[in-house]
Parts: sequence; structure tokens; C-alpha cells
Amino acid sequence: MSHSQQVHSTPMPPQAAGSQEALRATDIVKRFGAVTALNGVSLHLNKGEMLGILGDNGAGKSTLIKILTGFQAPTSGKLAINGQDVALKSVDHARELGIECVYQDLALVPGLSIYHNMFLNREPLRAGPFRLLDNRQMRNRAAEALEDIGVNIPDVNEEVARLSGGQRQAVAIARAVYSKAKILLLDEPLAAMGARESGLILDLIDRLKKRADLSLIMIAHNYAQTLEVADRIMMFQHGEVTFERASAETSVPELLDVVRQNYKVVRGGA
Amino acid sequence: MSANTQKPVQANLGAKPRPHIGRRGLHGFLRIREASILVVAILLIIYFESTNANFLSDANLQTLSQFISPWVVIACGEIMLLICGEIDLSAGMVFALAPFIMYFAHDAGLPLIIAFILAIIGCGAIGFFNGFISVKLRVPSFVVTLGTMFLINGFTLTISRGFPVDTPNDAIFSFLMGGGYAEITWAVILVLFMHGMLRNTRWGLHTIAVGGNLLGSAESGINVTKIKIGNFVITGALAGLAGILEASRIGSTDPLAGGSNMMFMAVAAAVIGGTSLMGGSGTIIGGLFGGLMLGVLQDGFTINGINAFTFDMIIGAAILIAMVFNIHFARLRNMGKLK
Repeated sequence: MSHSQQVHSTPMPPQAAGSQEALRATDIVKRFGAVTALNGVSLHLNKGEMLGILGDNGAGKSTLIKILTGFQAPTSGKLAINGQDVALKSVDHARELGIECVYQDLALVPGLSIYHNMFLNREPLRAGPFRLLDNRQMRNRAAEALEDIGVNIPDVNEEVARLSGGQRQAVAIARAVYSKAKILLLDEPLAAMGARESGLILDLIDRLKKRADLSLIMIAHNYAQTLEVADRIMMFQHGEVTFERASAETSVPELLDVVRQNYKVVRGGA
Repeated sequence: MSANTQKPVQANLGAKPRPHIGRRGLHGFLRIREASILVVAILLIIYFESTNANFLSDANLQTLSQFISPWVVIACGEIMLLICGEIDLSAGMVFALAPFIMYFAHDAGLPLIIAFILAIIGCGAIGFFNGFISVKLRVPSFVVTLGTMFLINGFTLTISRGFPVDTPNDAIFSFLMGGGYAEITWAVILVLFMHGMLRNTRWGLHTIAVGGNLLGSAESGINVTKIKIGNFVITGALAGLAGILEASRIGSTDPLAGGSNMMFMAVAAAVIGGTSLMGGSGTIIGGLFGGLMLGVLQDGFTINGINAFTFDMIIGAAILIAMVFNIHFARLRNMGKLK
């Protein structure tokens, strides 16, 4: 309760304080039995902003994603979307509120076509009593959605199993954007990708940043690439936020320094 | 990063343009695979007809259709389960139990149609039990249904005291279930229905998704528990229906009918038809053709006087060949991804 007061008493820009922020998380704690994955994490995301979250394996990044997408509920803490407090009940609920996520595994089904993947669990149905899939509509809209974000994939009938890593990422991102995402979470979009393919995805992210209606959170472990695309950087270590600054005001050496120092602090404190 | 971010980027680096087997990608590919099994079955029919002129006689076609039908009906369910990454070993025992449920319900004074519906619901409930233990209590379905396979068999033998009974019947029921080609008609109707469901409904699409990427499906918000348990229920109900069809045709309800051999023939039909045992892909029509091929082999060898031991060897070889084929195709497809 005291935290919510703290949030409201925080000085905010005078004009339309609530609607400036796409997302605010306050003091999020998540425990799995004896393990504390997130230990009181607070963050906010301004509209149209791109936030880069850095951290090592086990820093709590993935847990944070699962909470923000409604996949898991936090042990305690509060979420607000567009200045309104919400308790996310499910992935569908988060989607209704405009939160979409491109997971590291991309949540694509290799044996299904691109267009079926694009509409997975949101398939349009034909009119009539039999509730049949509207494949034609899916095909057309999938092609449109890919074109819309500037991704050129020749045939939406192609099975996802046949696509390259970069193409799969692009399909997953197109799916998220097309479904009217307001807040887009990208979980390690550049992991396990070659230089050329990461270049394509970074270009795509650049294009997404130009959309005023979209706020982005990118979770990554590559400092240089994240600094390049993000407006602001947050560093996660051991389930806590240890550093936060605008990308323009920091550098890779400084980030590395922060990491080293904080490991010392954590070790000393423990 | 490239300097020009305005121009749409060619993201099709990995996959080279590849000649299309069919116009509609996966569907075309599967159709080809289904067709190849049908061709094998037709070649076998031609072979057996040339060695024995009675092969395509009405009497033998009825026999043949009666071989195939129960396998195909059960295979419809098993294919759905295999696609979503599960299996039901108890289906053959549910096959034997179903007509006994109907018999006892009718014996207790219920109208036949109600007894029939009750039996199907009962078998669906067994499917639900299998699914619940597998999915909710996280016991592999192979093990769960191995257990229920013995359990149901013992239960059927107990309630029947090991003796067959006369299958209850009336005019409408014998018209629907009794004629020479009634079983295969039911089987084909079910195949068409289930094929449409797999290819053209959300349930079918989600079944493929759950088997192809379980975590990804859950992240997409698909209720994977519902899909899996639902397909166990479908398999149980279809196994029950197959059992009642068979018992109604024969006129006798035998506690030793079906069994694990029946289940394995259904799984073999599914696998030969092109359904992957690893989940994520499969075809109902293929299951029909797989069943047809197995039936033609069994029936052809029988009327040519080749003994059952040879037949078993040939079925074994057919399953092995089909599996090698299957896995090889999966590898080819993955290589497409890697260039």
C-alpha cells in the first residue's frame, strides 16, 4: 500500500500524468519456493520509448517478462498500464490491454505455415455454423502485416520450419505488432543470430521505434547492441535493478564497471 | 547495421526459393504423402486381384472393410493424440468395454439409444481419466494408458465373467450399425469429419501447435491442458464407438474383442499413413489409407493362404519403412531451413 502512495506522490510531468506512461511496475516480487527471482523491481516505460533491460542469466529478466505478459502472477507488487492499476489474469488479458511479447523461443510452431503462426490462438473464423478457419483472410492479412513492417518473405504458405532464424524473428515480431500491440516486449531478439541477421532485426526494431503508438522493452545481454537501439538502459542483477540511465549518457565500459562493482557488493552483502 | 533503414529489408536470407511440391505448402506436401500410401494400397489390390480373382468379390470386400473399419475409427483418435504428443494404449480395451456398458445399461431397462449414448460417454470419461492423469499429474501418457489398458481389460473380464453376451439390438440400430458395409461407412464419415476438424478448425490447428511447440503454444495463450485432455476424450469415445459397431455387426459382445493388438493396428495405420510419433504433424486421411494398406495385406495374404506369421513380419517391415520415411522427410524439411 505504501508503495502505491509513493508512486502517486512521485513528481510527474504536469500534462496528463497518467497517460504519459505506457507501463509502470512497482516493487514486483516473485518467489518460486525458496528462490527469489525478482526482489522488489520497479520500472516505468514512457509512451513511444524503447527501454533496454540488460542482465546475465538468472538476473530475473525472463521472470519479469512472464509477469508483464500475464503468464505468471507476481508474488507481490503492482502493475499499471496507461496509468490504470491492473492485475493481469492471463496472457489473453494482457493481450487485450495491448501487451505483446516476442519470446526467445518465438512461440512459433515449426510444422505450421507462416500465416497460421501469425494468427495462432487468434484465428479469424468464417461466417456460418461450423466455426471453420478463415484461411484466405489469414493469408492475406499475414502478407499485409509482414509488408507493413517492411519484412519481405516471399510466401506466407511457407512452413516456419523452413525459415531462417532472422525470418522467424521477423514473423514473430510482425505477429505481435499486427495484433495492435501498444507495449511490445522483445525477449533476446538477437540471441543466437549471425551479424547479418542481427542487422536486419535491428533495422526492423528501428522502424518499430518510429511508431508513436508503440512502446518497446528489449531484454538482451549484448550491451553494445542494446545501447545502440534503446533510449534508456536498466541493468538487472540478482533480481534487482542495479543501474538505470539514458543510453546517450552511458557507455559499454561504464556498464561493465557497474556489473563488476555490483557483483562485489552482492557478494560482500551475502 | 545497414544505413538505409527506410527501404524494406530482404529478410529471406536463409531459405532459397525452393520448388513447390504443392501450391499450398504443408497441405500440398501432406497430400502427396497421403497419395503415396494410397498408391501403395492400390498396387497391392492389383497384385492380390491378379493372384486371386476373388479378391474384389463383394464377399471379400465386405471382409476387407470389416478388418479396416475398427482400426481406422480408433486411428482417428490416436492420430489426434499423436499429433499433440500423446498416445493411448488403452483404446483396444475401451473397444471391448463399450458394448458391455451398452449391454448392461440396456439390461437395466434403459432404451437402446440411451444405453448407446451412455456407453460412448463412459468411454469418453475413461479418455478424460487418461488425459487428466497424464496432463495434470504429469505421468507420461504411455505409462498411464499402459496402466489403464490392464485395468480396463480386467474390469471388462470381471463384469462379463469372461463370457460373451448377445449384443442388444432393434430395427433402427441394426440398420445403422448392422449391415455389411455399415462399419466402413461410419469409418469414412468419421475420417472426413475428423480430417475437416484437424485442417479447418481452431481445435485442429491448436492440436498441431501443442504437439509442435508446447511451451510456445502456452505462451500464445492456447489452453494446452484442454487440447490434450480433449483429444484423450475423443480417442476414448471413438474407441468405444468402434467397439459397439463391431459388436453390433457380429451380434455378440465378446470380452476378448479388440485388445492391444487392435490398438497397435490403429497406431500402425496412423504411422504408416504419415503421422509422426514425435508429435506436431499428422493426417487423418493418411490414417485411412494406412489402415487400407494394412487391411489389404492381411486380407490378401489370408485368401492366398499365406500364414499369419509371415503377415506379422510384413507388417513389422511396413512400419519400419514408414518410420524411416517419416523421419527422413522431417530431416529434409529441417535441412530446408538450414539451406
